[in-house]
Amino acid sequence: MKEHAQKSAEFIRDESRTDWHDEALWFVRSKRDRAAHSIAEWEQLRELASQVKDNVLAHLDQYLEQFEANAQRNGVHVHWAADAAEHNRIVHSILEKHNVQRLVKSKSMLTEECHLNEYLTERGVEVVDTDLGERIIQLKEEPPSHIVMPAIHLKKEEVGELFHQKLHTEKGASDPQYLTEAARQHLRQKFLAAGAAITGVNFAVAETGGVVVCTNEGNADMGVHLAPVQIHCMGIEKIIPRAEHLGIFTRLLARSATGQPITIYTSHYHRPKVNGEMHIVIVDNGRTTQLGRADFRNSLKCIRCGACMNTCPIYRRSGGHSYGYTIPGPIGSILTPGIDLKKYSGLPFASTLCGSCSDVCPVKINIHEQLYRWRQVIVREGHLPPAKRQGMKWAGKVLSNPGWYNSLGKLTRWALRQLPRPFLYNSFNEWGRDRELPQPPRQSFKEWYQNKKTEK
Amino acid sequence: MSKNEILAAIRRNKPTGAVLPSIPTFPEGKASPVVTFITMVETGGGQVIRASGPGALQAAIENRFPDAKRIASPIPGVKSNVALGAIHSPSELEPVDVAVISGRLGVAENGAIWVTEEDCIHRVLPFITQHLFLLLDEAAIVHNMHQAYEQIQVDASGFGLFIAGPSKTADIEQSLVIGAQGARSLTVVLEPPLTSG
Repeated sequence: MKEHAQKSAEFIRDESRTDWHDEALWFVRSKRDRAAHSIAEWEQLRELASQVKDNVLAHLDQYLEQFEANAQRNGVHVHWAADAAEHNRIVHSILEKHNVQRLVKSKSMLTEECHLNEYLTERGVEVVDTDLGERIIQLKEEPPSHIVMPAIHLKKEEVGELFHQKLHTEKGASDPQYLTEAARQHLRQKFLAAGAAITGVNFAVAETGGVVVCTNEGNADMGVHLAPVQIHCMGIEKIIPRAEHLGIFTRLLARSATGQPITIYTSHYHRPKVNGEMHIVIVDNGRTTQLGRADFRNSLKCIRCGACMNTCPIYRRSGGHSYGYTIPGPIGSILTPGIDLKKYSGLPFASTLCGSCSDVCPVKINIHEQLYRWRQVIVREGHLPPAKRQGMKWAGKVLSNPGWYNSLGKLTRWALRQLPRPFLYNSFNEWGRDRELPQPPRQSFKEWYQNKKTEK
Repeated sequence: MSKNEILAAIRRNKPTGAVLPSIPTFPEGKASPVVTFITMVETGGGQVIRASGPGALQAAIENRFPDAKRIASPIPGVKSNVALGAIHSPSELEPVDVAVISGRLGVAENGAIWVTEEDCIHRVLPFITQHLFLLLDEAAIVHNMHQAYEQIQVDASGFGLFIAGPSKTADIEQSLVIGAQGARSLTVVLEPPLTSG
């Protein structure tokens, strides 16, 4: 896999596009700030949300069992999947049982994580993503680049061209209103023809055995209420203890995500519709392992609002695809090393450790501290690239030996002044690839101090 | 079985402690909840009309959508020409132009309205209709989501939801477009509380 740094380098080659991406996300971050500041008790809500999620992690087994029992009492079929493969098998078996050939889906990062679409398509099921952003990237055959705004990396002209090819809209038309209307007409036909609908889950309430799904477009509900079979796929960490906790989380989620006071639709599904069938698939896929890592288990408190991405100076200037995982940005960078430490060993370094992600997180995950801790693990396990490893090793030696430190400092100051450019800027100088080396001072602080002392 | 494996793994790995916090009562703000509610509905792209009695509601519908061909409503007094009781498959509701449904409770801080399956008759109605009217008693407006969840019982209905505006999206270049997959417009009809005498 290409390193994050390499893929970012490709992304920022187009400077005006990078600026545009950066500004689009900063705009969302600013909306989030306005929404958060409109609530006097905002910080108190974040603390409460964090505490509720701590409690959930400490009693996850009990809450899940309680949830299952209540959901079953409501007439819901509950399934458990240890990993992505089992999740996909379960979903497919439900579809097979009902002979479903056409499936509509609303946004679900979990099914992206499990690569459900590919699995079902290979087995002859037509899978249609119905969130506009997701439909766009599905037609473009790309993964999402953001968890809330999956097509944030695309310009309207690109969407216009895509829709012209796939949905036969007018050539050259790029008005968002026009394109959205075309998608609406196209998706209505898909909703009406679907044999089953899949949604993700924002919150699963242990006390009542129901699930809550938040959308702005209404696509989850169009799918769920028209198709005879509804399937909700959730990670084990989506549980909240009681319905009253929805008050906390619905106040935080949309404000953190897009700066709206609440999503347009906040749907509570508890029982199947008349003549319908309702399934819930509870998925582990590595989450229980993450639960066992004391330094990193907090990442499971995430409610997938995307605020950490919108604020991150690296994400805004490198794009979601540079991370190479379904969930990009700061939260993705602390989730992925737990999934495959070697493959994702570059991601915890895709950060300035500025801490803005932790500051905006609605459940107060210490994201930047975890990024720092993952770096230690990556070094310990030997996954640092050789150049960086050698550099660190020698830096460590020099910095721990005052004699070496003094003479190397002197040598470097001399070299920076005297040596021609090719000696200084070459393949050994990673830093100098994109940056100018500093003007060397005539003397070090230490030398200056010694001189001052003898002058007296 | 995966269930037992997952639960066993949780028991092995979960942290200890962490009591559930109690949710305090938050200050309600000085503004009247009705005034805040109206502002928030309008901010979310909806319209608010104040009307009392079925006659005024009917007039509001006809006034706003004079050309509507199919109007669906379970509310007595609203001229509905879609027989909701005779619909067998929810897809038959696709041609509905206007749906008029009762809301149970409004939330001032975000303009959201709680609607249940019983109010919709068919769960898909508030989404599949081109335009949506929600009827709400002014006295049923609370300040915030905490108060809302205190008053409603989320599992009393098989399906219930908060609606806070017309369907919308900003998935193309962050440009706001009203009318994504659900209703293209939302009109909230506020009924003033009944005065005695």
